[in-house]
Order: sequence, then structure tokens, then C-alpha cells
Amino acid sequence: MATNTREERPQGDGGQVHLAPRQRRRRGDGLVAAGFLAPSLGGFAIFTLIPIVASFVVAFTVWPLSGGPTFVGLSNFIKLLTDDPNFFQALGNTLLFVVAYVPLNLVLSLALATWISPRIRGRNGYRVLLFIPVVTPMVANAAVWQMMLVPNGVVDGVWYSVFGIHAPNFLGSATLAMASVVVMSLWQGFGYNLMVFVSALEAVPENLLEAASMDGASTTQQFFRIKIPMISPAIFFATTMTLITSFQVFVQPFVLTGGGPGNSTSTLVINLYRSGFLFHKLGYASAIGVFLFLIILLVSGIVFAVQKKLVHYE
Amino acid sequence: MNSVQVDARVGRTESLSLLQKRRRRRGYVSQTLLTVFSIAFMFPLVWMLATSLKPGGEVFSSPPKFIGSEIRWSNYTQVWTYVSFGRYMLNSFFVAVAGTLLVVVTSLASAYAFSRLRFRGRDGLFFVYLGTLMVPQEAVVIPMYLFMTYVGWVNSFQALIVPWAFTAFGTFLLRQALLTVPRELEDAARIDGANHFKILTVIMTPIVKPTIAVLVVFTFIGYWNSFLWPLIIVNDPQHTTVPLGLNGFIGQGGGQWQLIMTASAISMVPTAALAIVMQRYLVRGISMTGLGGR
Repeated sequence: MATNTREERPQGDGGQVHLAPRQRRRRGDGLVAAGFLAPSLGGFAIFTLIPIVASFVVAFTVWPLSGGPTFVGLSNFIKLLTDDPNFFQALGNTLLFVVAYVPLNLVLSLALATWISPRIRGRNGYRVLLFIPVVTPMVANAAVWQMMLVPNGVVDGVWYSVFGIHAPNFLGSATLAMASVVVMSLWQGFGYNLMVFVSALEAVPENLLEAASMDGASTTQQFFRIKIPMISPAIFFATTMTLITSFQVFVQPFVLTGGGPGNSTSTLVINLYRSGFLFHKLGYASAIGVFLFLIILLVSGIVFAVQKKLVHYE
Repeated sequence: MNSVQVDARVGRTESLSLLQKRRRRRGYVSQTLLTVFSIAFMFPLVWMLATSLKPGGEVFSSPPKFIGSEIRWSNYTQVWTYVSFGRYMLNSFFVAVAGTLLVVVTSLASAYAFSRLRFRGRDGLFFVYLGTLMVPQEAVVIPMYLFMTYVGWVNSFQALIVPWAFTAFGTFLLRQALLTVPRELEDAARIDGANHFKILTVIMTPIVKPTIAVLVVFTFIGYWNSFLWPLIIVNDPQHTTVPLGLNGFIGQGGGQWQLIMTASAISMVPTAALAIVMQRYLVRGISMTGLGGR
């Protein structure tokens, strides 16, 4: 239909002819567009948009697993924030995980990326090797770590051979269990940011670094004064994504420790899952989901505000 | 003037060769350290493979040994029947392949509309798509579960496939790619009488193949590893996927760790192989979504 416009235009004599095809074209595109959009848009409305709206609606109800909803206003949220020690602990644990995991992940991946990126032979091999746990099923990853960390597991075994005493029970003590979850998550997750940083560092122009080194800039200076500012958009991206996903942490503690011992590694999503499908309180669980969403929104907003000052775009 | 230049050049070559030597030496050190780090990093996976080949009683031997009294390859035949692991693998393959197909086809169509057609409200609608990228899956699993019970999809393949096939990610990714296709190609095809469907399938799709590969890799891995949703929506073995089955296997007790490791190792093969074979597309995808998509 747009072809019409093009073909008619050369012989067009004035405004009249010019206007009509344009109108036709727009209407035509609209119809075609509707056809192309229909499958995606229909699914998107039903399976993405409506559930998002519904998550808020359900959060305002008491909705048992078998049975209908009762509207209760804000009382789920009030209970969450004032009178639910399990939720509070899950929130605290999640924050603890985020505070420990995000900086460690970023520092580790950035350091290794800097290490890998210059002239190391076979650097693609290393990069893919370190990326493997990112793509393998997290349940399988966590299973391996559980087997390694239980009493009499390989870590304990090596510990005993070296020190002559047994290792502490990594998954059985409250503080060590959280540390284990963080370490396991680092192992499984940092390869993603590594990939992001390696790509970003490869894009830093070589002649910039050469010029700096001619001018006597040390490797450290080059790193902080040139590389870091040059890849700051990547750092911003990695920070945001890592923050968001670490608030959603679920599989690692769920499989590794079952949220235990006690509630010491229970997280927001574990709490959501249990409220909904162990205690059959769907309205309450949805309120936790909405809460998680709002936290993520808030945190991304903060990061976004900060990056305006810190990130260097060309 | 001339002599100064010459001096500077001489000085530079000297310091360069020194620099190169130092750099090369430092290169060897880094290489060695990095190899050591990588070996340590791979230890859990190596230990998984080692354990998967041990006899049952020797998993927790003290002191730990890499190789048991015999190498028991039979673990790899036993695991398919010990739990319905074969069934889980089939289920996972079906769900991941069907889901990926659905995502690619619907995303291509909508991306074409968003990038190549003009219609009222296009930018507004695309903005809504983008906005939903921020919403975590966890926030919507409860209403999704209620919806699935309402339509009677609990314990079904469609419940595993359909709900997550319409996220904005694929549309977003392919729109970016389609926007880069030159207008002239499209015009030429139109003059030859091609309709929009033909333009998309015959002209555009081959051009954006690399981006489709990116989408395929990401989507397949996403479906294959998905755990929370199957945990919620499936509780019969006919529809159990690999991560879910693995979790049940771990929880079932009995300490068959050598078989759990066998199953874990097998479960890693498809996505690990995909990542290795398609590494070019993974890297591309990460830099596209991360940096290009700004």
C-alpha cells in the first residue's frame, strides 16, 4: 500500500492526490499491523499485563488456595510490615544477601575481566569456562554445592585431612549457611557480569591506553582514569541487573539450605512461595510479590538517579 | 628540532622493548594464575563428574578420593530408570523447544509491526511493552497460578510454555535488529509485489538471523532452567521438568548422591553445549541487551 504512495506521487498534481493515498496508507498499515501484532499483543495482554494488574488486586484480598477471595483492603500490607516476624526475617536475609553478594560479584567480575581482557592467549576459552555455571540449571549447581558442603562432604574431608579436626557445619549454622549461599551464588552467577565487562573492555580504544602509557600513566592509573570511565555504562547496567536479580534470590537458598537452619536463609521469594503454597494464603503471597516489585522499582530508581552523575556516555 | 625528534624516537624504542619484555613476563604470570583460578573454579563441576562415576557407598569417603574403587559407568544407565529422569528430560526438551518457537514467531511478528509499520499509538504501545520488562516474574506468579486453575491448566504442558512466551524481551530485541535493515531492501521488494508477510519472512528474517540466534539461546536456557513456576504449577511426573525432578530427587532422601550427580551432569549438557557452540551469539546478546539496547 505504501508502494501506491510512491508510484502515484510522481504524477500527482497537487494537494488532492497527495492527501488521499496518505490516508489510505495509514489505514492500511493499521490493519496489517493489527495482524502482525495480534498473537504477541493478545498473549502479552493476557499473560503479562493482566497478571501485573491482578497481582495488585489479589494483594488486597484474603484468598485461600481452595475458595474465593474476600476483599480486605490494605490489611495484608499492614500485617506484612507490622506483624510478621517470618517476613521480617526474610526481608532482612534478602537485604543481607544483596549487600554481600552485589559488591562481591561486581568486584570479582570486573577484576577478572580486566585480568582476562588484554593479551591472554585463549581468553575466549576462559571466558566460556567461567560462564558455564550461569547457563546450567541452578538446581543442579546447588545440588553439587550441597553435596560438597554437608558434614563428611569433600570440603569437610579436605579440612579434616589438613587440620585434623572437622570443619564447621556450613549449612547447619545460621551465619555460615548465609555465607555458603552467597559463595555458591557468586560461583554460579559472576560469569554473566564477567562477560559484560570483557565485552565492554574490548571496546575501549587501544590507542587511548597507549597514549596514556606514553604520557607515563601507570597501569593502575589507566584502569581508574580511563578504563573505568570508559566502561561506566556497562558497570551501571551490571549493577542494576545484579541488584534486581539478587532481590529475587530463590533457588540457591531453596535447594542448598531449604531456607534454614530455622529461617536464617529464607528470602523474600521463599517467603512468598511458602505463604502461597505451604500456608495457602494466596492474597498474602501476592502482597509479598507486590512488595518485591516495589522494592525493585525503588532500587532501580535510585541507581538510575545515581548513574546520571557518575556514568560517562559518549 | 631534528635531533630532538631522533632522541625521542630512540628513547621510545628502547623503553618499548623493555615494556614489551615486562609485559610478556607479566603475561606468563597472569596466564598461569588465571589457569589455576579456572581449575579451582571448575572444581565443583569436576567433583560432580567424579562423584557421578562412583559406587554409592563411596561418595563420602574419608579422605575424599576422586576415583572410587571402580568407575561405575552404569550410573549413567541406571539414572534414567531409577527416577523417571528420561521422562523429565523429554518434558524439558518439549517445553523449551515449543516455548522458544512460540517466542521467536510472535516476537518476530510484533517486532516487525513496531519497527516497520506505521499505526496510531505505536510508540505508546511499545512503551507499555518496555515498562513490563521491569516486573519480576515472582510478582505475578500468584495471579498466574489463579488464572491457570481457572482455565484448568494446572499440570499441563501449556501452563509450562504459554504464560512466559509473551514477555516484552523478544519483541524488544528483534525490533532493535529490524530497525537496522535498510529501507531500500523493503521498497525494492514491494515494487516486486511482495506483501508484508513475504517481506518479513523472505527478506527481513534472514538478515536478522544472528539476533534470532541470540533470542533462541536466551529463551531456551530460560525455559530449561526455570524452576519456581514448574514448582508451583506441576505436581505430577508426566509434566515434571528436569530442575523440578532433580529437586524432588534431592529431597527424596536415601542419599543416592552418585545418581543425583549423574542426573545433574546430564541436566547440564544441553545448556552448557548451547553456550559453548553459540558463544558468539551469547556474547553478542549480552552486549546488545546490556549496552546497545540503552
